[in-house]
Amino acid sequence: MIEVRDLKKTYQMGDETVAALAGVSLSFPRGSYLAITGPSGSGKSTLMNILGGLDRPTSGQYLFEDEDVSHLDDDGLAHFRNQRIGFVFQSFQLLPRYSALQNVELPMVYAGIEVKERRERAAEMLAKVGLADRRHHRPTQMSGGQQQRVAIARSLANHPDLLLADEPTGALDSSTGKDVMALFEQLNSDGLTVILVTHDANVAARARRRVGFRDGLIVSDEGAKS
Amino acid sequence: MKSKDLIRFAASAIAAHPMRSALTSLGVVIGVAAVVMMTSIGLGAQQRVMSAISGLGSNLIIVSPAASRSGFAAQAAGSDISITGADAEAIAKQVEGVAAVAPTVRGQAQLASEGTNWNSRIEGVTPDYLVARDLTIGQGRMFDEREARQGRTVAVIGTTVARELFGDADPVGKRIRVGSSPFQVVGVLTSKGQSGFGQDQDDIVLGPLPAVRSRVVGRRVKGDTVQTIYIKAASEDDLSRVQEDATTLLRERHRIREGEDDDFQAQNMASILQASQAATATFTILLAAVAAVSLVVGGVGIMNIMLVAVTERTREIGLRMAVGAKRSDILIQFALESVALSLAGGILGLLIGIGGALLIAQLGSWPMAIPSWAAPLSLGFSMAVGLVFGAYPSWQASRLDPIEALRRE
Repeated sequence: MIEVRDLKKTYQMGDETVAALAGVSLSFPRGSYLAITGPSGSGKSTLMNILGGLDRPTSGQYLFEDEDVSHLDDDGLAHFRNQRIGFVFQSFQLLPRYSALQNVELPMVYAGIEVKERRERAAEMLAKVGLADRRHHRPTQMSGGQQQRVAIARSLANHPDLLLADEPTGALDSSTGKDVMALFEQLNSDGLTVILVTHDANVAARARRRVGFRDGLIVSDEGAKS
Repeated sequence: MKSKDLIRFAASAIAAHPMRSALTSLGVVIGVAAVVMMTSIGLGAQQRVMSAISGLGSNLIIVSPAASRSGFAAQAAGSDISITGADAEAIAKQVEGVAAVAPTVRGQAQLASEGTNWNSRIEGVTPDYLVARDLTIGQGRMFDEREARQGRTVAVIGTTVARELFGDADPVGKRIRVGSSPFQVVGVLTSKGQSGFGQDQDDIVLGPLPAVRSRVVGRRVKGDTVQTIYIKAASEDDLSRVQEDATTLLRERHRIREGEDDDFQAQNMASILQASQAATATFTILLAAVAAVSLVVGGVGIMNIMLVAVTERTREIGLRMAVGAKRSDILIQFALESVALSLAGGILGLLIGIGGALLIAQLGSWPMAIPSWAAPLSLGFSMAVGLVFGAYPSWQASRLDPIEALRRE
């Protein structure tokens, strides 16, 4: 079970205090497939950052399988991100100097895994996303869809509990976008908890549960709760 | 996170921009090369001076006439010769702890023997001269006190003179002409080679003081005067006391009143060594200053590029943090990059410095000694420069907010 309770996040903009999250409570069991939708500035990215351990709430609680994440220090959060979370970004965020294999290895490097095991696992992950023959290519030698699949392989490297995807199809054409979505659905059906942030209604429609955001608050919650 | 992974990250970042990395290290390369080259040449020069000084003989005090003043015009030292053979005898008799006293006159003379001739330095000495100057006889013998007193025209020659006049033949017993006077060779000195000052120490003729004074250098050295008195102290501990006693004695003998300047100067090897060591120390401080400046310049170059790298790679830093890099991992990665750049510069600079010093030694026949601390010191320094000047950029990298960093274009 992953749960946030009365999550608030405020920023000081000059004299004004802006609330990115104005009291959000949400819980979902393992194996959920959520889409978070809403216009920009609605707070959905802020929630993503807090769920991913990149940011801390101003107040409220974040419980990840009964572990209180909201009180971890920087190193604790780094370890949490490394072990529990897989990130997939709109702009892929691959390191251009590194091959596909080395990019996938990166989270395992920070987990302290030996080179040999790391190589094997990275190759395995690339095979899982259908890029077994591209492991020595650099990001610049691959198409957008291939790059995003490398990024997904990277997000799976340390066997995370939660996959967070921020507009994962935003930079892809519709047919490669569909391939990527199919990959998420397959991962979810294998038991991985997946959260998508998107403002593409078609993408959101494929998720089993859809949570709508506006002005830092949840305004709609449709679909299966478990 | 394993340290060899951190090293691999740093290496791949450096290799990604070979030209930029090379130019970044250039400042340190030049700094270290300059320091190594200058110290090697400086140390060589110092060793040459040291060997020159110690080549004169150990525990030696050299007494020579002081520059006299007539009116306001100072004249060159020795222009008014004031020390005598009698002074030397008095020192030998009255000063304790003296191993040898050798009054000396010298001149330059044309030598001739059986059709060949040679121009050489000739010194009029007493037998004690050998003891004072740490010389030994290789063939034949030294003339004795009696021969010297009697004004006998006998001579001991250096190996260069022997070779030039007699070739391979044994010179002992042969006659040579020194200027216009005939002398009989009774011995040959053991070769001493070139002195530290570049002078051939074997190109010399030694004769008894009275004979040389009257027959060879007579016009310039009048009466009982001598140009130099060499005093050898019995031990190093006696050196400064012997020098003091000899000075006091000479002041008495020369009737110099309290407060008046000596009309001679007495120097011992220890004080000359000390003076040259003080000069070396100054030189070393100067070098250290130059080294510090050039390394700081190199370090600023590294810092500059590291700051650029942090800006350029902000997204990379954000991504690394997102997948689990701790702040300390980022800090160490960038610090390692900076140290590696600087250390590579240091290694290259060391090699260039040694090469340059060898080249100068070859071309200019200048003595060179690469100090043993050159390698550890220059590598240590370049590492420290990388650490110090990489610290701020690395710290900046580690303080980045991952969300902001990932958003950066």
